[in-house]
Amino acid sequence: MIPLIQKEVCENKKWMSSNDLLDVIAISESTPGPISVNIATYVGYKVAGILGAVVATLSLALPSFVIIFVISFFYKDFMKNEIVKNIFKGLSIGVIILLFNAALKLKKNIKFTKTGTILFLITLISLLTLFFLNITVQSISIYFILFGLLTGLVFEIISKRKENKK
Amino acid sequence: MIFFELFYVFFLIGLFTFGGGYAMIPMITSEVVGRGWVDANVLTDFIAVSEATPGPFAINIATFIGSQTAGIFGSICATIGVILPSLIIILLIAFALSKFMKNRYVKGALNKVQPIVIALITYTAISLLVNTIFFNKQIFNINSLSFDIKSIVLLIVISSFMFIYKKVNKKALSPIYLLLLSGFLGALLFSV
Repeated sequence: MIPLIQKEVCENKKWMSSNDLLDVIAISESTPGPISVNIATYVGYKVAGILGAVVATLSLALPSFVIIFVISFFYKDFMKNEIVKNIFKGLSIGVIILLFNAALKLKKNIKFTKTGTILFLITLISLLTLFFLNITVQSISIYFILFGLLTGLVFEIISKRKENKK
Repeated sequence: MIFFELFYVFFLIGLFTFGGGYAMIPMITSEVVGRGWVDANVLTDFIAVSEATPGPFAINIATFIGSQTAGIFGSICATIGVILPSLIIILLIAFALSKFMKNRYVKGALNKVQPIVIALITYTAISLLVNTIFFNKQIFNINSLSFDIKSIVLLIVISSFMFIYKKVNKKALSPIYLLLLSGFLGALLFSV
């Protein structure tokens, strides 16, 4: 959903910058609950307060709710249907393209420092290594985010000390 | 009463799951199968459908289990249950801690998380690409290299279409239309 959110929230409606969205994503990954719900709540709140948050979250849930409710009546046939399977195969290709696109767009909006590039590479290479070794770690993205938060905190503390010395 | 139980169980599931919908599968399994609401193998089907259909996995699975257990009102209770912890917690963070976002330490911390989030998205794209194109992950073993030609073709076709569209129309194709196109072409291409 992140590519879609980025397109609608940052580009079309201009409710927040891609920069802010990245922060929202980070927070949403660290807090309990589905990421998309967290993002919807946060953006909804920013745009229109508590009511906005509630509306955004319920709206996110509504299509799923209706679709799944309908499917639940004939789900056995749904998953076996050839046409459905092929549609979903096509969809996953579309999703791949959207994800690469989103990553590029988000990258454009932030300044990639040396540290940033190193963090990016460490994360990507570790994850790909685990992937090819077929090792799954539950909720692994949180560990990386925590690592980033710690790194950022440490850097900020160090730079504050440097300022104090001056 | 079943409705309250559904709400309560999914509220707990929403509260204790971090980092994405799939992480809730173990908890869902133990709660739902444990209470005899759904059989384990039927649950597996539910999970597959919930992963495949649009929308957040958590909401899909809550709706599914709720409806199978207690009809439409059951699915409403389960869905609201799974959403509510997020709603409350994020509102607390956003509202009570709006100063939180301006603090230099928070800003500094989040600044270093940004590249990591981008890496996570990039990783998702790459792993999905590998899983879709290569039948197994044997890309390092040239002897048993096998790939899905149709997927590669579709990938090239859609990417080219996107690129040309952008050149011609000055703006990018909306993700929604792109997905509609992908699904449609997928149905065509893979059934040949």
